[in-house]
Amino acid sequence: MEFLLQPLTFLTFFPLLGVLVLFFIPSDRKDMLRWTTLITTLITLAISVWVLTIFNASNPDLQLEARYNWIQVAGWNIQYYLAVDGLSILLVLLTTFLTPISILSTWTAVEERVKDFMIFFLLLEVGMVGVFLAQDLFLFYILWEFTLVPMYFLIGIWGGPRRIYAALKFFLYTMAGSILMLLAILWLGIQGQTFSVPDLITQGGIPADVQIWLFLAFTAAFAIKVPMWPLHSWLPDAHVEAPTAGSVILAGVLLKMGTYGFLRFNLPLFPQASLQAAPWIALFAVIGIIYGAAVSYAQADVKKLVAYSSVSHLGFVMLGLFALNPQGIAGAILQMINHGLSTGALFLLVGMIYEQTHTRELKVYGGLWKITPIFGTIMLIVALSSMGLPGLNGFVGEFVILLGAWGAGMPGGALSAFGGVWFAGIAAVGIIMAAVYILYMFQKMFLGPQGEIVDEVKRHGHGIRDLNWREIATIAPILIFIFWIGLYPAPFFNLMAPAVDKLVATLQTAALTMP
Amino acid sequence: MTQADFYTILPLTILTTWSCVLLLIDLFIPKDRKSITALLSALGLALTLGFTLSQIGREVTGFSGMVVLDGFSTFVNALLLVSGLLGVALAYGYVKRMGLERGEYYTLLLFSVTGMMLMAQATDLIVVFLALELLSIPLYVLAAFARPKVESEEAGIKYFLLGAFSTGFVVYGIVLVFGATGSTSLAAIFASASTGTSNLLLTIGAALVLIGFGFKVAAVPFHMWTPDVYQGAPSAVTAFMSSGAKIAGFAALLRVFATAFPSIAVDMTDVFWALAALTMIVGNVVAISQTDIKRLLAYSSIAHAGYILMAFVPYGNPDVAPVSIAAGLFYLVSYALTNFGAWGVVIALEKSEGRGLNIADYAGLAKRHPALAAAMTIFMLSLIGLPPTVGLIGKFYLFRAVIDGGFYGLAVIGVLTSLISAFYYLRVVVTMYMRDGSPTTERETWLDMTTGVMAIATVAISLVPQFLFTWASSAVLKLF
Repeated sequence: MEFLLQPLTFLTFFPLLGVLVLFFIPSDRKDMLRWTTLITTLITLAISVWVLTIFNASNPDLQLEARYNWIQVAGWNIQYYLAVDGLSILLVLLTTFLTPISILSTWTAVEERVKDFMIFFLLLEVGMVGVFLAQDLFLFYILWEFTLVPMYFLIGIWGGPRRIYAALKFFLYTMAGSILMLLAILWLGIQGQTFSVPDLITQGGIPADVQIWLFLAFTAAFAIKVPMWPLHSWLPDAHVEAPTAGSVILAGVLLKMGTYGFLRFNLPLFPQASLQAAPWIALFAVIGIIYGAAVSYAQADVKKLVAYSSVSHLGFVMLGLFALNPQGIAGAILQMINHGLSTGALFLLVGMIYEQTHTRELKVYGGLWKITPIFGTIMLIVALSSMGLPGLNGFVGEFVILLGAWGAGMPGGALSAFGGVWFAGIAAVGIIMAAVYILYMFQKMFLGPQGEIVDEVKRHGHGIRDLNWREIATIAPILIFIFWIGLYPAPFFNLMAPAVDKLVATLQTAALTMP
Repeated sequence: MTQADFYTILPLTILTTWSCVLLLIDLFIPKDRKSITALLSALGLALTLGFTLSQIGREVTGFSGMVVLDGFSTFVNALLLVSGLLGVALAYGYVKRMGLERGEYYTLLLFSVTGMMLMAQATDLIVVFLALELLSIPLYVLAAFARPKVESEEAGIKYFLLGAFSTGFVVYGIVLVFGATGSTSLAAIFASASTGTSNLLLTIGAALVLIGFGFKVAAVPFHMWTPDVYQGAPSAVTAFMSSGAKIAGFAALLRVFATAFPSIAVDMTDVFWALAALTMIVGNVVAISQTDIKRLLAYSSIAHAGYILMAFVPYGNPDVAPVSIAAGLFYLVSYALTNFGAWGVVIALEKSEGRGLNIADYAGLAKRHPALAAAMTIFMLSLIGLPPTVGLIGKFYLFRAVIDGGFYGLAVIGVLTSLISAFYYLRVVVTMYMRDGSPTTERETWLDMTTGVMAIATVAISLVPQFLFTWASSAVLKLF
């Protein structure tokens, strides 16, 4: 039972302890429920920071393994197997970082069925952290599917007017992809006699023609989750209807599960298929960048605008991943974090103003800067981060991804056969388009003549107020990282570099054996 | 009758004797104290279960190879007895509340379990037929138990007519098989079929047997009776029938086809493939439009017959057959547990005169009775095949067998229909959690306990399935 005493087991399952405590708190003690959940998530954050301190950044391999032969009978070889490496450590930290922030954002926003909300949120955290740590395909699949259930309830119970439709669409879309992955997982497990990912990678030897099918099955699951164009249509619905905390987690973490899946499973398990598919994935990624940006600009609803901007941003991540070189992949990982921070912050801010105005229609806003200067300043920083202003985090990620994509377009690179450096060129246009829609949103809300909503809110009460201390405390940690990554990203790159190099080496070895 | 003969059918004998005696005792139990009969029948089932469990690991053939006691039969019998116990537990308060409390209810249930158990042990087609009748006739009566309610009477008659019709197919199939091989013993059929040259007659005979059992397990296109009978019959009966009859039917099919007919697997694999695909598709697609929870579960039951049928597709491949039989058995366990739990919730919400059965009646259940709603959610997730439930593990096992056999197309149909099923199962969850209403429920100790235990088991077995995996895989059939 040694595996139970491992740091990663604690990290993953600690929120369950919080769930257990919540069960015994009466439903009408709302503040007690909130504090319990917040403290639970803060302790989980502390555990993850502790994991970071004992994590050896110079080691490219999986570390801190918690391993146990879970189901080893009747021809099954399933392990309980958690481990962390440079590819996942940042995502784990992002998850444990955004969860307490989301809980803080619900303090006054969620008044109905607080107990259920908190229970589902903690269950969601277990699933998310587990997904990033699981190294056994069976365990991974269980946790992957499990995250659907609490998120489904979060959207469906506490969401907007079309919440039931959105929740169901989210659920069915995601499940449609993952069941195809299930078949591929079973095939791998039967052929390789194990579900352990590192063991399967070591074995290798999957014929190229089979690889492409397995690659496609895994891609079905991950591409929907990312979401890649043209499989993105669940995303705006889910985002718009989800409560603020749900949107933050959805954009901040759940979408990263898709890109992480490509990184952790598709690239090392099916290296040859990845090389073959790279130009195609990059093509879809670039289409997504342009499409997401264009559609964003056309939105009348702020939340929808931010939602579509995710499609565009995640396109960058996918382009970086499938550049299949160290810059591209490292940039993609950093951009996953960046997107989680800046889009998470955007959703938080939109949620904060929505709580006061109960509308997200862009056209009724205007001139908020005068009334709410702190809110405006923070919004400006986050917006600039999202559009990739140098000195803020978004720039670093996008720049490194473009470097990678450019390099991959050169002769011998993964994207050279299929348009070459144009991928990077078109993606760069996407950055300009991002400036257009982000600034458009900012201008509509904060500059210009005073919008009608200001008087509307005044008529019903005290008028729009600026951010209070709790709200500032909610958003401030994110701002710290926005500046930190923007000004000094080296520590973040150092965490992932050895693991990224190892992955690229695997891909290069596979490239040599390509037919 | 030798000692070995007797030992082979020991649990059967105990249960039959107990039922007969109970029938007599019941005459002396006053009308308002029929719960004594229920407790006595549960005691009989528990006692038999004890004996069955003591036979684990034993392999005895009795009555000149007509019945057998092996790992397979022990596993299935234990499952059937547990189903019987759950059937009694669900009925205990329900029959009282619905005014159906008559002692025969429990004795009929016991007789039906006896038939089902004999089915799992039969190694001769004549005994299979005998067992089929013994399990079916009490079920016909039970389906009509709510007389003079028209729906219940209709269910009984419908079930009886189509059941008799399907039995005709089985008998005719047995006759043709006998004509082709000169024997009704499974071992002799196997021996003769693997040496004989022409086996068209055998194939037709086997197909007819399959059609007959297709009715029993509600496989498409032999499923027409299912929704009406499941809806019309008292809910407690349906709960028992949908699990018990399916377990017994599939157990017999598995044994007959895997041991006697592997020689015609070339033809039969395609037939099973088509049956499984059709059953999964029709069951799941038609379930979408149901508004009545009983009909929904009926179509769900059809759909799950399709999933279990997938276990038959690779039956002729000696490398995969053991895995697929074990997968089929495990799936039967997972289905039975989940199904009894779901019916427990249905029974808790059902009012007299058939009210409280609409899915819309479940609105607001999460606020009124969070535990009940949570349990129902677990059952729905398990029926979809999502974590953390035993349904996912069952599907994993089944799909493994199918993929191992190389039937990728069927596996894809299987997962896609699971996706469809998510739509209608989630509708129940949506109604419970996301719509407002004020449903009232019946709180009965045994009912609550059954539902609760099933919910816990559904989750717990998914976390520690080793024991059941081992047992199921040791229960594979001895091939001749």
